Amino acid sequence: MPARPEPIADRYSAWRLLKEGLGGNKGWKPAWRKPEPKPHYDVIIVGGGGHGLATAHYLASVHGITNVAVIEKGPIGLGNGGRNTTIVRSNYGLPSNTRFYEWSLKLWEGLEQDLNYNVMMSQRGVVNLFHTDAQRDVAVRRGNSMRLQGVDAELLDRDGVARIAPFLALDNPLFPVYGGLLQARGGTARHDAVIWGFARAADRRGVDIIEHCEVTGIRREGGRVTGVETTRGFIGAGKVGVAVAGNTTRLADMAGLRLPVETHLLQAFVTEAIKPLIDCVVTFGVGHFYISQSDKGGLVFGGDLDGYNSYSQRGNLPLVEHLMAAGVSMIPAFSRLRVLRQWAGVMDMTMDSSPFICKTPIDGLYFNGGWCYGGFKATPGSGWCFAHTIAKDEPHAFNADLTIERFREGRLIDERGAGPNPWAQ
Amino acid sequence: MSGRRLPAGGHIDRERHLSFSFDGRRFFGHPGDTLASALIANGVRLVGRSFKYHRPRGIMTAGPDEPSALVELREGARTEPNSKMTEVALYEGLVARSQNRWPSLGLDLMAVNSLAGKLIGAGFYYKTFMWPKAFWEKVYEPLIRRAAGLGRAVDRRDPDHYEALHAHCDVLVVGSGAAGLAAARAAGASGARVILCERDDLLGGGLLLDPAHDAWRRQTIAALEAMPEVEILPRTNVFGYYDHNLLGAIEHAGDHLAEPAPHQVRQRYRTFRATEVVLATGASERLIAFPGNDKPGVMMAGAALAYIHRFGVAPGERAVIFTNNDSAYATAHALADAQFDRIVLADSRAASACADDVKARGIDVRFGVEVAHYGGDRVTLRARNGASDRIPADLLCVSGGWNPNVHLASQSGARLRWHEQIASFVPGEPVQAERSAGAARGVFGPGNAARDGAEAGAAAAIAAGFKPGAAFALPDADRPETPLEPLWEVRAQGKAFVDLQNDVTTEDIRLAHREGFSHIEHAKRYTTHNMATDQGKLGGLVGAAVLAEARGEPLEKVGLPTFRPYTSPVTIGALAGRAIGEHFQPVRRTSLHDWHLRHGAAMQPSGAWLRPFYYPKPGEDIWDAIFREARAVRGSVGICDVSTLGKIDLQGPDAATFLDRLYANAFSTLAIGKARYGLMLREDGIAFDDGTTARLGPEHFLLTCTTANAGPVLEHMEFYAQTVWPDLDVQFSSVTDQWAQMAVAGPRSRLTLQKVVAGLDLSNEAFPFMAVGEATIAGIPVRVFRISFSGELAYEVAAPSGDGETVWEAIIAAGEEFGIAPYGLEAMGLMRIEKGHAAGPELNGQTTAADLGMGRMVKKAGDVVGRVLGARPALANPSRPRLVGIRPTDPAKRLRGGAHLVSEPGAGKSLGWVSSVTQSIELSQWIGLAMLEDGAARQGQLLHAVSPLHGESVEVIVTSPHHIDPENARVRA
Amino acid sequence: MHLIPCPCCGPRAEDEFHYRGDATVKRPAPDAGEQAFYDFVYTRANPRGWHVEWWHHYAGCRQWVKVERNTMTHEIRTAVGPAEDIPEVQV
Repeated sequence: MPARPEPIADRYSAWRLLKEGLGGNKGWKPAWRKPEPKPHYDVIIVGGGGHGLATAHYLASVHGITNVAVIEKGPIGLGNGGRNTTIVRSNYGLPSNTRFYEWSLKLWEGLEQDLNYNVMMSQRGVVNLFHTDAQRDVAVRRGNSMRLQGVDAELLDRDGVARIAPFLALDNPLFPVYGGLLQARGGTARHDAVIWGFARAADRRGVDIIEHCEVTGIRREGGRVTGVETTRGFIGAGKVGVAVAGNTTRLADMAGLRLPVETHLLQAFVTEAIKPLIDCVVTFGVGHFYISQSDKGGLVFGGDLDGYNSYSQRGNLPLVEHLMAAGVSMIPAFSRLRVLRQWAGVMDMTMDSSPFICKTPIDGLYFNGGWCYGGFKATPGSGWCFAHTIAKDEPHAFNADLTIERFREGRLIDERGAGPNPWAQ
Repeated sequence: MSGRRLPAGGHIDRERHLSFSFDGRRFFGHPGDTLASALIANGVRLVGRSFKYHRPRGIMTAGPDEPSALVELREGARTEPNSKMTEVALYEGLVARSQNRWPSLGLDLMAVNSLAGKLIGAGFYYKTFMWPKAFWEKVYEPLIRRAAGLGRAVDRRDPDHYEALHAHCDVLVVGSGAAGLAAARAAGASGARVILCERDDLLGGGLLLDPAHDAWRRQTIAALEAMPEVEILPRTNVFGYYDHNLLGAIEHAGDHLAEPAPHQVRQRYRTFRATEVVLATGASERLIAFPGNDKPGVMMAGAALAYIHRFGVAPGERAVIFTNNDSAYATAHALADAQFDRIVLADSRAASACADDVKARGIDVRFGVEVAHYGGDRVTLRARNGASDRIPADLLCVSGGWNPNVHLASQSGARLRWHEQIASFVPGEPVQAERSAGAARGVFGPGNAARDGAEAGAAAAIAAGFKPGAAFALPDADRPETPLEPLWEVRAQGKAFVDLQNDVTTEDIRLAHREGFSHIEHAKRYTTHNMATDQGKLGGLVGAAVLAEARGEPLEKVGLPTFRPYTSPVTIGALAGRAIGEHFQPVRRTSLHDWHLRHGAAMQPSGAWLRPFYYPKPGEDIWDAIFREARAVRGSVGICDVSTLGKIDLQGPDAATFLDRLYANAFSTLAIGKARYGLMLREDGIAFDDGTTARLGPEHFLLTCTTANAGPVLEHMEFYAQTVWPDLDVQFSSVTDQWAQMAVAGPRSRLTLQKVVAGLDLSNEAFPFMAVGEATIAGIPVRVFRISFSGELAYEVAAPSGDGETVWEAIIAAGEEFGIAPYGLEAMGLMRIEKGHAAGPELNGQTTAADLGMGRMVKKAGDVVGRVLGARPALANPSRPRLVGIRPTDPAKRLRGGAHLVSEPGAGKSLGWVSSVTQSIELSQWIGLAMLEDGAARQGQLLHAVSPLHGESVEVIVTSPHHIDPENARVRA
Repeated sequence: MHLIPCPCCGPRAEDEFHYRGDATVKRPAPDAGEQAFYDFVYTRANPRGWHVEWWHHYAGCRQWVKVERNTMTHEIRTAVGPAEDIPEVQV
């Protein structure tokens, strides 16, 4: 379990809220400082998204390494950390994944207390629907694998699905609902709050969060990393960890590494706010559709990749049409609602749809990436394991299988069996 | 009660009356009204409650920028939450309800939230609700969820229809104000194919608000209507600008009706692929932040003008106009036309060239004053020198200037540029083939905008390859304006809102800055500013300005959040169109489909196909039917429709070489007139697909693949043939749809076929296992393959699709004396598991040839897809999970697909999983196939198949996957 | 939505095509060894900017089309048939 948080100054609480409120809210401090970069850090984390900030937090809080900078080319948290559909779960079938994601879920369960920040972690349950006997067998295989590893999973029959998701069209003509695999501990969290919570917690322990500072090169001497070139000058470092999601290939290029990663678009959507309708996260695998409702009332949903390499952060209409049709097919009430906003993130897709958190052939350089669709739920686990890997110069058992060498060795972690075709995963 | 219908004016039909109800009260309006204008005409002022503080709210605007006047529209299955009154066209019998209030609009007890305003400012929820830990989900979150949201969704099927329509054009013009009309006419005059989209039901935009320009408006519309290549689409809102000049739009074809006529659509989703685009999307008036700027009675000045001139209603009797620019002077004239009792025009500037005309009508014009507060029907005016004055007013019109509607231009990729004179952003250099015109790029006034539009339309037509057409008359040039002086906020005591719907105040923005959320995107996310259904049209720039001031930086540096689709919220049903429910994807049917239906088959989707799963007889349950069908095959003869298998006809001198490279095993050694099983690998060495391939001639093969992979296999073959081995002389084509294929299986299959097959000796000697031949059945030429999936003596007969049913029925007639039974996918699955054939659950994208027990088939050298990477160390590891059979040691126990194999009950380490299970008719017990670590070495071991999901653990013995006839004798009989 | 200039059929909408990534990698000779095949299958180019890639016109001529497209702007510069090379662009 997470190390006990050290008491930090400037704590949030209901009492504090009352006190500051009565004082005109003048006493609140910035959630993180805006420091100038120092010439040298023990560790530099490239990428001020959820994973990078979480890594800094755990370096400081678990490993006592506080001379750390997180370097971000823009403002923090505006990449995939602020563009996802906020789903948290560990319902994976292959032990290499389950082990890691379950550790991440355990960290989520104590995150608010660890960070002193309400990230609105809400274990509302995640249910994956199945529509044929063959799909049921695949879901059962996965659920049983989870249970054997001590992770919660329940099999719902049709009536069970109807109870928790009464809004579904169970007798959908092409995809009748046979049942679902439920992870009750899964749910959602407020994505921006996760960024801010990690940033504040890391900052209060002395981590420098340096925004608007783009890394342009990774300096090496004698096979060892010595720092990063940036738009704000060279910054020296004993170790450099890279956590930049869709831009992984660009950073790897700077270090002369070729990684099995492609960058693809994933769109997400939110409707106008409505009164509570959907009380859990539902995924409709055949039609490639998943949905939940935010605390504010908007239905948040998404689907497949647009299906071509892109760094553009803007999606196209074919996917939209397909996704809306899937949604209306499964949730009749969806038809008369309005979609308010659409956005897209750039995903670092690997060739087996699983991530890597690992050392590289260059001493002191570490990579964290390949998150595919799954980056948000991995945030605390990824930061925790990456911090461990950097601090100890070796992976923890939780991320020992999440290497890059696995592709060369044939040790694939391919949950869906889609193979080295990111556009089809 | 202060609003009223004016005796004359407006684009409404005063001859006809429409009745409607709001919150159960009955009112009347006219065709041409919106729900908003009709309610104003009836004196209704309070129409909604805000999101967080539940403050009372009135109608602010007259269009899509409305933040407050949201209703649940219609009833029953047609209920639409969050409809903007200002966009709802009135129809007879309209029913609407206010939302987000309890128990009623007038008395909303949730308004106590307002008292706690200081405690529940921006982001308060991030700082509390953490103790005790379990309380978030149990107590706090449900409360927040219930309080949040706006309207309610109904849980019923939408009775309305939607459709999609896709068009190409030379010039797309978005918006039909002065600029848009002129652009369309200029482009149309060149002969270009023009489409003109207008969000409103009437064309004209701002021209509709000025009677003086109505003649030009009508003339221009008439000219456009006379152009055969110009298509005008009113009620069509363009919601997004996508790649390669594709724009998406929704045509509200039936929203102005009580119900669309049967078979007519409610909304039509349209896309336009335009060679050139003119964005004449106009501008939106912006708010000024001051205490009480959200109260009922506050209205945008342009909206007040619209209510008077467009709808013939006066939204009050005594008005104050608060402005920092000249546009609100038109509102002053309109209010005077509407006989307001008192009009005070408070201009924050020192002077305006428009003042004299207004003063001449008796309007009290005051310069250098600001509104410091509004409430209780009183406006507090504060002069620069500090003097203040309280003026009774039931209407406070506000104009903070106009923001060009740059939403689409920004989506198209154009960067925005700061425009000092109008204190707003305008589109910069285009990235796609588009140009903005008129108010959309800061060119205001009908005369200026029309000139700008005409130029843009002509330029677009030229860019699309046309020659300019004849010139036409334009409205008179506009008088020069006195420049606007930016005014974003009046600092005074009380809540001043920048986002009315989400209840974001100027203090919230400053708090966000104080806490470090100083980037515009952070401030937006922390405060929820700009995230409401008006998409920040009203107060977006105001919030950014407050942030800029707090940061001490110019507004242009702070910028705006990224503009994303949709320009206005879009009905999901419209985007989904007709592809819902049973039309979600096209359904494929075999040529025997009708026969199956006539014979009571239980049809189920199988990928894109509908296939018979079993043919129940009266009184039979599923398993009865499956057992009966399987027994017929094992005991005598059965027939199964296997037409869905992918079939690819392959010809050419290099066909055999091509197949040798494509499959893990060899085909060049296959004799003519023979078939062979083949396994195809992906390039990474994982099994991809399998099937039998027949050699029909020296250079002619017929390949089959699984139903699910028919498309991917063909594409895979095309990839290798076209890009990797273009030197191979080989041609191929899918013939899946050309052939009806039927499996005739069972010990009496030969006897059955011998009765109907002509021209082919089916004796075992002449036509052995894996033989292929041509024959006729009922005079129809067929191909016969002696191949078997069931493990019995079996044939597959392929007939031209059109003759499929004739051949099928002939075989059934021949088999009648043997009790031939049609069998479905379920019985087929049962028999393939008994026989131990790998299928979809085993060929799942995770298994190698060796895993499936076919390692020896794979060629060890040569150019073979998947050979090299399939030999990677971890994939070649013999202890990987291998295909085995399993049976419970207690024959009474059932097996579950998806169970895991463990060494003993309670062991946590999974050794493998159960991939396929069935009840065996031959062994009279459950049997299964499984993928088991070190499977080959474990035959005969006792393990446990556990399914914690079912709370089950069954002891099983590991066997060969071939539960029956491991010697494969039957197929050769 | 992309409009892809199919060299055989003319400009066609993106949803008539299936995508297959980097078209600059060449399948190695059968005896080139594991590393060469690894590079072919796993470490394809993933640039931010111009990218030469395969699109299969499955709902048209069924040709694999080699398209040069910008992964940042989605602009398409060239499209040629499967056996042709994308001409070098002088920047």
